[in-house]
Amino acid sequence: MPTLTSPVSEDAFVGQQFDDIEQQRDAAKLGMWIFLATEVLFFGGLFLGYTIYRFTYGHVFVEASHKLDVVIGGTNTAVLLVSSLLMAFAVRASKLDQRRMLTGLLLGTALLGCVFMSLKGVEYHKDYTDHLVPRMGFKWEGADPGNAELFYWIYFAMTGLHAIHVTVGIGIMLVLALLAWLGKFSRGNHNTVEIAGLYWHFVDIVWCFLFPLLYLVGHR
Amino acid sequence: MEKVVEPKIYFRTGIALLVLLAATWMIGYVDLGPFNLIVALAIAITKAIIIALFFMHIKGSSRLLHLAAVAGLLWLLFMISLTLGDYYTRGWVPLGH
Repeated sequence: MPTLTSPVSEDAFVGQQFDDIEQQRDAAKLGMWIFLATEVLFFGGLFLGYTIYRFTYGHVFVEASHKLDVVIGGTNTAVLLVSSLLMAFAVRASKLDQRRMLTGLLLGTALLGCVFMSLKGVEYHKDYTDHLVPRMGFKWEGADPGNAELFYWIYFAMTGLHAIHVTVGIGIMLVLALLAWLGKFSRGNHNTVEIAGLYWHFVDIVWCFLFPLLYLVGHR
Repeated sequence: MEKVVEPKIYFRTGIALLVLLAATWMIGYVDLGPFNLIVALAIAITKAIIIALFFMHIKGSSRLLHLAAVAGLLWLLFMISLTLGDYYTRGWVPLGH
């Protein structure tokens, strides 16, 4: 049991359906983990489709994968990993009641999220000028253009869904940074920051799979 | 105030993740045949486990959270293995690619 440094104010955050703040924190974390399990299945459908088509059209997937920009993809992986590190420290700062540190770390996480999205934008534009976007001037010199186009459908669907999650995450971080600055998470009321952190780390995990599966098919 | 993890644990976790990223990136340039996929997946799974254990604090959390985390993966495995089983046994997916 944590020691309650200021029991009066900590009790003020406990909803009437909970016995104490510990139970409230556990309930919030459990709810978030169940939501993340549904997210695993949400992305899982796309990973399943990817798996079947990769086994079916392996050779053309290798060729199509090599046209993607591995430097941008890899750099973005590092950007997300570092943002996850900042987020872990943000959760720590919220537990230690460090208001300025928490605000700064949340802003830093949001900033790295923006860096990720900017690089993604540059990459999508490059894909467009390279004629890799399905239905939008798609051109394929090699064999089996239909299945190459299929690879890019999957690529845009998976990275697009992931990008939506990153965008939502950036919004959450910015709102939390504002609330943190206003002192809303002080004195033990750090539940919100912790479950937002779980979401951000999950988005990072998804990219850890997308990077090798999309950019490093076969070998380059 | 809740117990917190020492900063060095987070730094080590971050460094381990970046090293694994470098490894998967470099192995992407080496021809290992079908093992390219296996190694890439093994590294990705390792990264996911490290993130879940240390950043998402699965290490040191309650059994109930462990169960919720594993449940998502279990259902994903059901979905992939049953669907692939269907595709393979009907000859819809050619083996050996």
